[in-house]
Amino acid sequence: MSSTAAGWLQVALLVVALVAVHKPLGDWMARVFTTDAAPDPAPEGPKSRLLPRGHWRVERLVYRAVGVDADSEQRWPVYLRSVLAFSLVSVLFLYLLQRVQQWLPLDHEMAAVEPGSAWNTAVSFVTNTNWQGYSGESTMGHLVQMAGLAVQNFVSAGVGIAVAIALVRGFARSGTDRLGNFWVDLTRAITRVLLPLATVAAVVLVLGGVVQNLSSGTDANTLAGATQFLPGGPVASQEAIKELGTNGGGFYNANSAHPFEGPSAWISLFQVFLLLVIPFSLPRTFGRMVGDRRQGLAIVGVMAGLATASLALTSWAQARAGGAALQLAGAATEGQEVRFGGPLSALFGTATTLTSTGAVNSMHDSYTPTGGMLVLANMMLGEVAPGGVGSGLYGMLVLAVVAVFVAGLMVGRTPEYLGKKLGRREMTLASLYVLVTPVLVLTGTAIAVVTDTGLSSLLNSGSHGLSEVLYAFTSASNNNGSAFAGLSANTPFYNTALGLAMAFGRFLPIVLVVALAGRLAVQGKAPVTAGTLPTHQPLFVGLLGAVVLVVVGLTYFPALALGPLAEALA
Amino acid sequence: MSALRSGRQLVAAVRALLVATVVLGLAYPLLMTGVAQLIAPARADGSLVSVDGSVVGSSLIGQSFTDSDGEPLPEYFQTRPSASSYDGAASGGSNLGPNSEELVAAVGERRAEVAAFTEVSESEVPADAVTSSGSGLDPDISPEYAAIQVERVAEARGVPVDDVQALVDEHTDGRDLGFIGAPHVRVLELNLALDEQLG
Repeated sequence: MSSTAAGWLQVALLVVALVAVHKPLGDWMARVFTTDAAPDPAPEGPKSRLLPRGHWRVERLVYRAVGVDADSEQRWPVYLRSVLAFSLVSVLFLYLLQRVQQWLPLDHEMAAVEPGSAWNTAVSFVTNTNWQGYSGESTMGHLVQMAGLAVQNFVSAGVGIAVAIALVRGFARSGTDRLGNFWVDLTRAITRVLLPLATVAAVVLVLGGVVQNLSSGTDANTLAGATQFLPGGPVASQEAIKELGTNGGGFYNANSAHPFEGPSAWISLFQVFLLLVIPFSLPRTFGRMVGDRRQGLAIVGVMAGLATASLALTSWAQARAGGAALQLAGAATEGQEVRFGGPLSALFGTATTLTSTGAVNSMHDSYTPTGGMLVLANMMLGEVAPGGVGSGLYGMLVLAVVAVFVAGLMVGRTPEYLGKKLGRREMTLASLYVLVTPVLVLTGTAIAVVTDTGLSSLLNSGSHGLSEVLYAFTSASNNNGSAFAGLSANTPFYNTALGLAMAFGRFLPIVLVVALAGRLAVQGKAPVTAGTLPTHQPLFVGLLGAVVLVVVGLTYFPALALGPLAEALA
Repeated sequence: MSALRSGRQLVAAVRALLVATVVLGLAYPLLMTGVAQLIAPARADGSLVSVDGSVVGSSLIGQSFTDSDGEPLPEYFQTRPSASSYDGAASGGSNLGPNSEELVAAVGERRAEVAAFTEVSESEVPADAVTSSGSGLDPDISPEYAAIQVERVAEARGVPVDDVQALVDEHTDGRDLGFIGAPHVRVLELNLALDEQLG
């Protein structure tokens, strides 16, 4: 079988698996976030008696420990304050944990993490970015990995889901100032979605060869008579949630390319499935909760269309092996593992940058010029195809609001989406959302390339050097976390600047989204008339796809032209 | 009033994080470690390979087959170039760009070295033999890279080419399920088999 044919069969298997799982998982999540007491419309929720509908006993214990009334709902400012308070506490705790790890058990003689790096890493994992300026196997003891980093892998994904659900409730509800209870949403996202799925995934990973132990490592005496250190660690448990929560922070420096994280090709493909499954299921949840599954189908259609186009282009570019060095070698195998091969590497690279994952099974810095540009462009689209866990859905819904507004301008009517009028305040929030990340990316890159300290970290020079910096700020601001890893980012400048980009890139959009959700929920529902733009038909799918590409993509064209595009054409 | 409410959320946040740390940060990974050690202890410990009771490596982790001066040993199948020299404590790739002059030079040099060492023409040297992997610990080589090394290994060991070829075939994996990933040769296990069977 040719490599190309095998490559597309891999994609076919992945698509079949996603199609099969998105329905039950999407429906399940809709049920999870539609409580009995809440005034959610759940006209056709599946009725299963296997699990109780209200709070689970273990959840009641959690609510008691946290000290919240799980049956009272929050207005949007309180919901937002809960999100921000939880994230702030998380950053402080994770920072502290890294700074004192040498005094804690399971540190494996790792020293305290440097303050700059500890700040960067704390923000990185709390914001679901998992940008890693450090090298896992030589910096983090097992306790920090488990009790610090992996915990944030769960809860940052939970926060993403909670915010997305709040926005969906904004559309689904009318005439109320209540958005739900953040603590309940966060708890349920973990007890009913992330933890069960991660447990199953971790077992599969172990069976596939991913390590799971508490050893500090083994010294092997190699055949050639040298000594080789073989690291240990509770990797599978962390790997599972790293992909499932679209986090992406590798236990080891080489991430999922490391044979202990990605031991075989089928495991790598399984990881691609894990990182796509929740983002591709959430539109179904959305459709269910707003009482019209076709709306979810339209959203997932745009996501799938963009993803397919990006994958086809990247696979083609990587197979062509552009770039002087790769031409000379004969294939784009630099930074690539033999067991994965070209097509699976391109698939992983595409999936990880289209979501907010940032895990890698091959090194993006060594991709062909066009391939490298495409994974960069994937992130620039705002990670909405399908995007991160939760953040992908709320990002796409904001863009849908913009698309409806654009359509409204064309025909001269007040734009409405799902019966909600989009007035000046709503559009202001949506527009600010769209502007936040480009401002962070372009400002950050500009500052880096005009300062000596910014330029001194570059491994490659010329246009590829610019790409390294552009990639770093794009990755941080979009909370992706993958890197053109030639950039030596563990410096005071990059630790600080990228830390700020990650924090603003995560929380400014969340503030805007929760505020938007609050405004939408208080509105009544406008009746559908002959003049209402149908938002479940191919016309709207095409319009939304175009809005994503034009509004977001073109923002970055000048920067892309100077970096990867210049390199591809050179 | 607002400060008071924010304070209440902060207290809830601290408590929630503590619960999460205990459940997700300790109970979950420790439980998974227990399960892993129960259902697949060898794999959970890193698929270690032992000879006469001493660990010689992991079947998942590549190693270099060079002498103490870094010269390749002709009697062993050689692994790919590694940006980290197969240091298990420093995984990672070269991260050199596709047009990097350094990478162009390295590829050219490696091609000449492999061709000379293996006594084949430069055009026969496959891409994986002249490029470094993403992990720096790639345990595998392509079947093409193994194929050009068969004669050299047989000659260095003074054994028939067919015997070496048979072992190569034995240690070559196709794509998973026939279409996932790429065909590859497991080098450590192959070299171990050579030592054991064709000393």
